[in-house]
Amino acid sequence: MAKNTQVEALVKQEYEAGFVTDIEADTVPPGLNEDVIRLISAKKHEPEWMTEWRLAAYRHWLTMSEPKWAHVNYEPVDYQSISYYSAPKSNDDAPQSLDEVDPKLLETYKKLGIPLHEQAMLAGVAVDAVFDSVSVATTFKKKLAEAGVIFCPMSEAVEKHPDLVRQYLGSVVPTTDNFFASLNSAVFTDGSFVYIPKGVRCPMELSTYFRINASNTGQFERTLIIADEDSYVSYLEGCTAPMRDENQLHAAVVELVALENAQIKYATVQNWYPGDENGVGGIYNFVTKRGACRGKHSRISWTQVETGSAITWKYPSCILIGDDSVGEFYSVALTNNYQQADTGTKMVHIGKNTKSTIISKGISAGHGQQSYRGLVKVLKGAENARNYSQCDSLLLGKTCGAHTFPYIEVKNPTAQIEHEATTSKIGDDQLFYCMQRGISEEDAVSMIVNGFCKDVFAELPMEFAVEAGKLLAVSLEGAVG
Amino acid sequence: MLKIENLHASVDGKEILKGIDLEINAGEVHAIMGPNGSGKSTLSNVLAGRPGYDVTEGAVHYNDKNLLELSPEERAWEGIFLAFQYPVEIPGVNNVYLLKAGLNAIRKHRGESELDAMDFMSIIREKMKLVDMDESLVRRSVNEGFSGGEKKRNEIFQMAVLEPKLAILDETDSGLDIDALKVVAGGVNKLRSKERAIVMITHYQRLLDYIEPDAVHVLADGRIVKTGDKSLALELEKRGYDWVLEETRV
Repeated sequence: MAKNTQVEALVKQEYEAGFVTDIEADTVPPGLNEDVIRLISAKKHEPEWMTEWRLAAYRHWLTMSEPKWAHVNYEPVDYQSISYYSAPKSNDDAPQSLDEVDPKLLETYKKLGIPLHEQAMLAGVAVDAVFDSVSVATTFKKKLAEAGVIFCPMSEAVEKHPDLVRQYLGSVVPTTDNFFASLNSAVFTDGSFVYIPKGVRCPMELSTYFRINASNTGQFERTLIIADEDSYVSYLEGCTAPMRDENQLHAAVVELVALENAQIKYATVQNWYPGDENGVGGIYNFVTKRGACRGKHSRISWTQVETGSAITWKYPSCILIGDDSVGEFYSVALTNNYQQADTGTKMVHIGKNTKSTIISKGISAGHGQQSYRGLVKVLKGAENARNYSQCDSLLLGKTCGAHTFPYIEVKNPTAQIEHEATTSKIGDDQLFYCMQRGISEEDAVSMIVNGFCKDVFAELPMEFAVEAGKLLAVSLEGAVG
Repeated sequence: MLKIENLHASVDGKEILKGIDLEINAGEVHAIMGPNGSGKSTLSNVLAGRPGYDVTEGAVHYNDKNLLELSPEERAWEGIFLAFQYPVEIPGVNNVYLLKAGLNAIRKHRGESELDAMDFMSIIREKMKLVDMDESLVRRSVNEGFSGGEKKRNEIFQMAVLEPKLAILDETDSGLDIDALKVVAGGVNKLRSKERAIVMITHYQRLLDYIEPDAVHVLADGRIVKTGDKSLALELEKRGYDWVLEETRV
């Protein structure tokens, strides 16, 4: 009965992180071949084995083609027009301390609200910041070192902890895994490396902020987190990029390894530039994230809040190898304007008594298209595997879409799998109810959307839950009226 | 306080209200009764400003303001409260949180300071007693999983917290068993005051056994066809609506 105009205008957004930092950069000319890979490897002073590892990945990548099965549409990417390495120039001889970091860079991080300096101490967050291709500063190294925790840029880990890197890099996401993962393996430039030793509970939240600044560059970061026996770590990554008319590629790989009794919590607040209201520009976010619960009673949980990017293609997954291991996936994905997201998870049950939980909340507005794609696979030896999946979609307006593609493969009869899915529209009745109580329309929308996402936000560290709620509100700004 | 003049309103191009005249003063309780489809709920929705209801003619004055020019939230800020016939569920949004946002928006409009969590909770505790609300109910998501009776009770609880000047109760008695009806009516009676006007929209007389109205109006086919005191309600209970309709047709 009531008109839908209330909800229909829900499609305008100011992208607050859209500024460009004017900084001199050392950028490799566009194009990809073995020489470029050797050049990247040389710039990073990598050992021979690393160079060879990259080249093997590249040679395999050449035999692959881009996946087409995702429910997204975009112009083909010209991989020869992308520059595969860009580093702030002043950073050539890597900074030894924050004082040596280009003040303009620090200014950028300040604008983004990243606590690089002492504020970080208060927040208890250790931050690694990756700007275009290189990691510019890692805070709190000392305090972490006292606990035996290694938290450093990947390039530094290759140099200083080659044994750990060689043992684990590519062990969860092999160089041959998929098109984007192979590309990343060939050209990855930086990212974070974390090692938590046996029995250590990481004394603070670890955090990485990624920023794409230069134009025509791709960002290919590689993150590897290893939690040794009986250890615990909570890690958060945030991402932003300037507003640009052309599309930019971001193809990251994240690998997590949890050994016996270890727990890794990995949270992402992804706010890459989503393109403008007509769908021009924006980041292509083609990411492979996977965790292996190798030890008994190990536990990995992925929490993601995805509000940015023109296209998101991302399935943070858990391979539950150890008996009694647990995998969790909590996701809020929002698509507004012409954003497209095809996201979900894979839970592969291999060990006995393994458990997995999937909670996915998709919000579509404007012309946004949103797909949940999830696989729950129970192998023959996985006695008493349990999975619970819940996929809820919320539609705002009439021009957006929500799709659910659940795949279930069970090879063991003792498995118990539950799947629930709902699709609802943000009701004009709900809006009117809130407004009748004195709440403005915009506040009402953000209240209802936040309520819808509550189960997922509960999984984020407190301060980031607040940030995520605000981010959703900003992303839906002007959406009603 | 409220003066409705020759109000015509339609929904999807169909005229439902066909010339309503009604005046209500502060401190008064009016009952609006009538058969199904007479336009009772349309009237309450028009007064609260629900989108989708088009006023085609007439005027509504509310405390020197042109009510029809105000948005729904502005009407709430000015002290209009609608107890919904079908309160909607809002999953994940805490009842207390919604009320705090609403009350603070109203206070802000009045130029009063916003309440902090402590002060707000003491108000909540005080008002809970009025309608015998359980604390666990207050802390749940708005109306989610509430029984019909609990939803109606929650409406009156919200009214108690927001302290409106004009409260419109849209079929608050429907779906209540006798015990729940007594509790809800008891709450409404405690909220009667010299400064507050209450409009009760109801199909049945039984609510009026517990809340005594100052005036009773019969709404039929989009018009108020008869006005009387509480004895009119008793007569309607006995004889049904037909005789009023017959009478007015002559």
